[in-house]
Amino acid sequence: MRVLMFGWEFPPHIAGGLGTACEGIVKGLAYNGVETLFVMPSASGDEDQSATTIINASDVAVDNVSETVEEYLDKVKFIHIGSNLVPYADPEEFGKLVEEDKKRQVKDFSISFGQKFKFSGKYGANLMEEVARYAMVGGTIAMQKKDEFDVIHAHDWLTYYAGIAAKELTGKPLVIHVHATSFDRGSVDNIDTRVFAIEKKGMEIADRVVTVSDLTRTTVINRYGINPDKVVTVHNAVDFSGRENLVVERGVKEPVVTFLGRITYQKGPEYFIEAAAKVLKRTKNVRFVMAGSGDMMNRAIRHAARLGISDRFHFTGFLRGMDVQKMFALSDVYIMPSISEPFGISPLEAMRTGVPSIISKQSGAAEILKYAFKVDFWDVDAMADDIYALLSYPALADFSARMGYDEVNALKWNGACAKLKKVYESVVK
Amino acid sequence: MASKSICLYFQVHQPTRLRLYRFFDIGKDSHYYDDFANRTILRRVAQKCYLPMNQLMLELIGQYKGKFKIAYSISGSALEQFQRFAPEVIESFKALAATGRVEFLAETYYHSLASLASESEFRHQVQKHAALIEELFGVKPVTFRNTELIYSNGIGEMVYDMGYKTMLTEGARHIMGWQSPNYVYTGETQPKLKLLLRNYSLSDDIAFRFSNKGWNMWPLSAEKYVNWMKESAKEGDIVNLFMDYETFGEHQSAESGIFDFMRALPGAVLKDGTFGFATPAEIVKKYKPVSDIAVEDPISWADEERDVTAWLGNELQSEAYKKVYAMTEKLSIVNDPDLWNDFGHLQESDHFYYMCTKFFSDGEVHKYFNPYDTPYEAFINYMNVISDFQIRLDEKRAALDVKETAHEEMKKAPAKKPVRKTVAKKK
Repeated sequence: MRVLMFGWEFPPHIAGGLGTACEGIVKGLAYNGVETLFVMPSASGDEDQSATTIINASDVAVDNVSETVEEYLDKVKFIHIGSNLVPYADPEEFGKLVEEDKKRQVKDFSISFGQKFKFSGKYGANLMEEVARYAMVGGTIAMQKKDEFDVIHAHDWLTYYAGIAAKELTGKPLVIHVHATSFDRGSVDNIDTRVFAIEKKGMEIADRVVTVSDLTRTTVINRYGINPDKVVTVHNAVDFSGRENLVVERGVKEPVVTFLGRITYQKGPEYFIEAAAKVLKRTKNVRFVMAGSGDMMNRAIRHAARLGISDRFHFTGFLRGMDVQKMFALSDVYIMPSISEPFGISPLEAMRTGVPSIISKQSGAAEILKYAFKVDFWDVDAMADDIYALLSYPALADFSARMGYDEVNALKWNGACAKLKKVYESVVK
Repeated sequence: MASKSICLYFQVHQPTRLRLYRFFDIGKDSHYYDDFANRTILRRVAQKCYLPMNQLMLELIGQYKGKFKIAYSISGSALEQFQRFAPEVIESFKALAATGRVEFLAETYYHSLASLASESEFRHQVQKHAALIEELFGVKPVTFRNTELIYSNGIGEMVYDMGYKTMLTEGARHIMGWQSPNYVYTGETQPKLKLLLRNYSLSDDIAFRFSNKGWNMWPLSAEKYVNWMKESAKEGDIVNLFMDYETFGEHQSAESGIFDFMRALPGAVLKDGTFGFATPAEIVKKYKPVSDIAVEDPISWADEERDVTAWLGNELQSEAYKKVYAMTEKLSIVNDPDLWNDFGHLQESDHFYYMCTKFFSDGEVHKYFNPYDTPYEAFINYMNVISDFQIRLDEKRAALDVKETAHEEMKKAPAKKPVRKTVAKKK
């Protein structure tokens, strides 16, 4: 089994968890005897290629893979570079505009042929343009490597267009992997419709849709209207090999309860603050830390100040590198009160460090973690109860720390990728 | 002999800026200050402002043979930094003190908001400051000016009670109404306390507008300015020009001509003859108060509002303020000199000013005074420091308990000789 895989990032240069997951997946696939060609927009050359071959899309010129530009555009007609919103145009005028736009596209694409495009590979302002260009280059790569793979695998919406282009041009089956959906990035009535459209398109055209949790599977089925038969859950795993737990000298005497992640609406920071205030009413012998940054950070700071708990509730700002490990090592309880979390790798990190974790039932991780404490994200009383119990009853904390450590060490990509291999086999004739 | 007087008072202050103090430092490292930034900034301002301006003042006092007089208020925090980083500045102030034409005012040692928070802390800081001024300059202050000219009826009563007969504050428009700041006033609830009110319009012409080329009065000459003062003092006996000393050479650069302006000003004033120069203590001897001034809620010289919202205007500021002053009682039980010292510096009003959110949109001027990018960063940093301070305080307090318990035990035990010693006296 050989896979052409489209990703957006790969360690060591990563902005989010997607790159880390991709590395785990290609290694797990290699263990299961599956070869991968891993395409990414902007590779640096220092990626670990022991388990995969990395193709840097920035090095590939767009080929004249079709007879004519028109034919190419016809095949991959869903690709639009740039977004042209024209308000208040009458139908006749609109028709004219569409014609003009098509002409412009043909011109743009003609120019693109034979050229390389330097991707940033970041999540910047011209992300939509990069996504569309990535699809063009992706199609080219798929045609060039036509005989070197059996199945196409695309990770998250940024790469769906590339995956679709590859499928349209080569006729090989497509598996898309949903690590998160638009509904995990914004509230239900406030999602990015452009991203939603790409996601829906990808899910519809794909032969199989892999989700990282049953929670996400339900979202894919209900919110995107995808046939349940082709949606399969493969839970994430974590690669802790070679990880030594840090020993950190403690400054504060009190036990520390930590939230670590982006401080955004979906992560439920406000519920953590409310729960902290409740615990502090019962005991002063505790400190709370909100580590990370995000668009709700300032609001969270004001919230804590208003509740009068700022001397016990600390903010660290964005943590880099070893500071993340250090923060886990300093923690006694970890909390992830996410309103919506497709999976959520951070409690696994915490448990691996021997820190008991409280996670929301609205997270994918809750489906597989037996030894994490589970609460509804809105139930701040239950959250406060669990925090208090873990702080006050050492037997409970010791037990959950020990069992949680063993539990997360048993989660292996090798197992998850065996499932993934079965998914490939189900679509390759 | 001129019948009217100009009262020039300069405020000298430098905050003790905090270093980047992270959560990880709490309980481990109890050095809170950014010594490098404090030293760098202080030495820069000394070169650009304090030293050249002191030299100029000294020359002018000599040149006009006692007719040119000024007043300073120098915060304890600034004096500490001079002693550490630029002792030559102290020497130059001593030289000014030796002329006998310079009045040194009293204020809170730490340039703090203690007058709003805690009477005992306020009194302690005023005494501490007066003692240092007397030690350095050989004169006991008789006039009081509070941090940022903060004043209210209640504060006035405390100040008079401490023995000060005169106090400086802002001629805030919402308090003065139609009345002119160019007279001596008295406190409403303490009529024996005389009040000198800042003429904010004329003061800000120098402090804020001097180098602004977009100002329709630019450039400002000493002669023009004397005419304005005459115009303003048609109604009144005095013109109170109160401003930050850093105006000269720091806020208004030397290139703007600010030093030349100050060099020319005494000559222009004395030549005109309408005004003489007088210090606050001389003013209240020379002129009778015309009325009292009612100030229920505290006023200050800051911002358009002229109230205390620059330091205590949002929830972050009130939280930090509450948390820091909540420790006062425990501190006086523990009575540890190192803790007192840090407690003082943590009270500097500047720390609260950095947390001000009023100027999110047009923060240019404020940004200048602020080492933090956002008020939130200022708050987080401050609260982390406070947390560490609290840990130290609690530890000392616990140690004291252990001692006392041991003491009690000893008492209970059949003593060979009666134990009469009590716990160490608190200040």
